[in-house]
Formats: sequence, C-alpha cells, structure tokens
Amino acid sequence: MSACRIEFLGDAALLLRFGDGIDATVNRHVHACAAALRVQAPGWLVDITPAYACLALHIDVVRIGGDDALAATRAWLDQWLERTRFDASDANSRTVEIPVVYGGEYGPDLVAVATRAGITHEEAIARHTAGNYTVAMLGFAPGFPYLLGLDASLAMPRIDTPRTRVAAGSVGIGGAQTGIYPQAGPGGWRLIGRTPLRLFDAGRDPPSLLQAGDRVRFVAIDAATFDAMDERAR
Amino acid sequence: MSAEFLAPGLLTSVQDGGRHGSRALGVRLGGAADTYSLRIANLLVGNDPGAAALEITLNGPTLRLQRAATIALCGATIDAHADGIALPGWRPIALPAGCTLTFGTCRRGARAYLAFDGGIDVPVVLGSRSTDLRGGFGGHEGRCLRAGDLLALGASTVPVTATAAPRIASWWIDAGSDLDFADSIAVRVLPGSDAMQPVDALHMQDYAIDAASDRQGLRLRGTALQLADAHERISEPVVPGTVQLPPDGQPIVLLADAQTVGGYPRIGHVIAADLPRLAQRRAGQHLRFIPIDQAEAQRANAAQQTRLARIAVAILDRQRRSLL
Repeated sequence: MSACRIEFLGDAALLLRFGDGIDATVNRHVHACAAALRVQAPGWLVDITPAYACLALHIDVVRIGGDDALAATRAWLDQWLERTRFDASDANSRTVEIPVVYGGEYGPDLVAVATRAGITHEEAIARHTAGNYTVAMLGFAPGFPYLLGLDASLAMPRIDTPRTRVAAGSVGIGGAQTGIYPQAGPGGWRLIGRTPLRLFDAGRDPPSLLQAGDRVRFVAIDAATFDAMDERAR
Repeated sequence: MSAEFLAPGLLTSVQDGGRHGSRALGVRLGGAADTYSLRIANLLVGNDPGAAALEITLNGPTLRLQRAATIALCGATIDAHADGIALPGWRPIALPAGCTLTFGTCRRGARAYLAFDGGIDVPVVLGSRSTDLRGGFGGHEGRCLRAGDLLALGASTVPVTATAAPRIASWWIDAGSDLDFADSIAVRVLPGSDAMQPVDALHMQDYAIDAASDRQGLRLRGTALQLADAHERISEPVVPGTVQLPPDGQPIVLLADAQTVGGYPRIGHVIAADLPRLAQRRAGQHLRFIPIDQAEAQRANAAQQTRLARIAVAILDRQRRSLL
C-alpha cells in the first residue's frame, strides 16, 4: 500500500491520510482501506467518512475507556496498517449511466461554461458526456457524488453568490469537479443540466444510487424523456 | 398513543443519540445538539440514554397527551406548565392522560429536551429516529413538528402511577458544570490541521454568537483571522466541534448537524465534553477558546462520562425505591 499518516481529528476521530490532493490512485487507496476496515469492524469503530485523500474513523472512546482511548486506538491502527494489504484496483467497479437534459431551464449555466471554454454548447455537452467519471466520495449532502474525470476545458469556478435554490437532480460544475445535487437546496456550482433519477432516498435500499468507486457516464436525453423518467414526480 | 401538537414552537424536532454508520453516503450524524441533557432526560423517565426525545429550540410547543406519561425536561431552563401547574426541570414528572403541556421561552440556554417514558415511536431510518432536517428524513415525517401533528409515543416502560393531577418528584439532578448558561463562557479547543497567523490568534479574543447560527454550526463574530497558508483546500472530513475558517475570517463551530466533509480550513476542534455547552449558546452571547492538549481532552471526556454514570446510578436507585 501507499504511505499513510495518522492524524487526530478532534478527540473522537482519527484521520488516515493517503495524500493531500485530488488523485485517482490515492482515492482508490482511501476506499480500499475503508472497505478493509468495514470487514475488520472493530467494536469501537462507529463510522467511517472516506473523502478524496483521507478517511476519518469515528471512535467510541467511551467503549474503549481509560484516560487516553485515542492513543490506544492509534497504536492498534499502526499495527493493523502494518499487516494489512489493500486491494486498490478498480477492476470490479460498476458503471452507472446518468441520463441528463442539458441546458435551458435544466442547466442555466451551460452557455456560460461553453463560452468560457470557447466552444459551442453542443460541444460542451459532447465533452461532458464523453467523460469517464469516478465517484471519489459522497458528501456535502446525502448522496451527493463528487466526480473525478471532468474534461479540463469545462472547469469553471463556483458562482460568487450561491443560488438559494437549486433543483433536485441538477448536474453542476464546481472548479475541476462535477457533481449532482440529490435534493433541492442552496448551491454554488455552475448548473449545466438535470437528471430525472433520484440520487438519494433514505427509505430505499441502498439509499444512495451511487457508491464511492462507481464509474459514471452521462447520457444526453430530451425534455420529453426526462418527464417520462422523472422519479421525483411519482 | 400520541401527543397532539396544538402549537409547534419555533423549531421542535425528534432527536436521539445520532445517526451512526451512514457518513460514507454523506449522511450527517445529527441527533440532539446537547446529548448530555438528552441522556439525563431519558434516564429520568427510565429510557435508554440515547432514546428519541423532543428537542425544543428557544420557544416551546403546546401539546396534549393522549396517554398518561412520565416526562422529564432537561437542558435549557424553559417556562413549562401542565394544566396550569408550573413544571421544574431535571426531575421525573407523572402526568395524567389528557393533560396539556404548555411551553414558553427558554430563560437560560437555547435547547430544552423533553423525554417521555417509552420514547417516541417514529420509524428508525438508517439506524436512528433523529430528524435530518436538511435531508428531509427521519423523525416525524422528516421535518420539525407543526400544529395539528399527532406524534406517536412509545409504549410506556415504567408503571405510571394513576394520577389525576401532575405529580412532581421532590428530588432533582444538578446539571453541574457540564452546562454553563453564563453570558460569556470558555470552551476547550484542540489544534486543527490548519495553523493561523499568529498561531494563537483564535485564543486571544472574545467571540459573539451570530444570529445566523443553527444546528449545523455556531457562526462567530470577532476580529477576522488569517491563515498562515491560505491556499484552497480540498474537501475533507469534519465533525461536530470542528472550527472552520471561511474566507471572511470569521470562524464557524460545527454542531450536531455538521456536514460530513467540508472544504474550509479546520483551525481547531472543540472537545466532545464541551459540545453540550456550545449547543446551549444563544445569539448575542459570547465564547472564548482555551487551548488544551489531547491527553487533557481525553481526561475531560472520561470525567464527564464518570459524572453521567454516577447520575445514572443515583436515578436508578430512586426508581428502585419508587420515589417519583
């Protein structure tokens, strides 16, 4: 495995750090480590938050007891990391297709993204649908996927003043990242389209359409297809 | 059997010990902002300490009980009446079926916890009964309570003495130093991964709590802080207690509804033992940060757990002797 550093995240969590930037290999190590920890499932581990380059282990310090539960956990982790080999290949990841209506009322910022890139909005759609994306993590909101793999020409800074309401299913660009808003709410990413799929439903099993490590492809659809597929309208 | 809401209060929601196990999906911990008060309220009515109760914010609801119940009210000091009889906090109170509970405003603190024997019978969603207010799931229909709601109460687990009028226990629990409602309080903070310029800038001033604060975080107002290294960060995990520094230099201290990951620099973490005191801060009140090291933080948390364990034993002893 690649080198890993253990840091404190407050007094009830540790951070296992595999890197500092956005990098597909580093991210695969993060998720391989999270998977291995889920299999190991030590009783004091109450939750895991995998991110781009590190993962947080949330620890039940009461269960461990003693005056320095975190130091004891850290010592255990040091040994566990020493003897554990992670499978950081992406050979088994599945591909999920996300249908999207691009532009117009569904993606009010598509023209701005295309203009900034110096291309037509048809070309911007072609570049966005040509991408092979990977879910680097879910976060910010339940089921919100941070996707790696955006064509560099489509990168664009967030809007200065976030919108107070972004429609559920909106596909956005924030810097070099692209993602999808699962719920309606405030948001600062550039909106280029919208999917009729429901990304998160707490009552569904599994609740999240996407999992970290999934590969994603966007498929352009028209408004009539959107209406026919709209999972939120049912 | 239910509690019927005649008036909802400012922000009343079902909260428990939190939703563990789904952070990888972006689902926040949530649960009671002040888990210390939640746990004592539950213990007083014979529930599991992390059972679901009502979190009342600043201004309370009016509700009618459709069954007899033992209740307890902990956390903020709030005006409370049962059929016109004033109710004190931090002790068990037996109430008859049909009784109307009326809550006024919080006199001290921001959040009061109302526990019912048998808890609140809302569905468990992703391992918890807590309301995820932003996600719109859990609790009562994924939202805060409204007038007209019928909130299902759990089956009573302790024998409720038949009573025609409210019966108030003659003993109570002293919350002690784990809560502090003074206008200005100090909380202990561990270093974060991002250093400031100068390094101890966070500890050198008194912060005011901004009115835009909520269950996600306390927004602080003071002299703007500067980072030693101001380059943009990628999103990384955050936890309740994490002190974030947005570009405007005014810190945000995350509470129970902290998002799972955040891109703002993390300049510190308030220790777990001080989160209940943070959750009771009100807009306009003040806050100071005192630096502490990891070993001291662990000792402070262990000491709080010991106090809670003692309180649990004392309550059990009175329940065994059937002292209401």
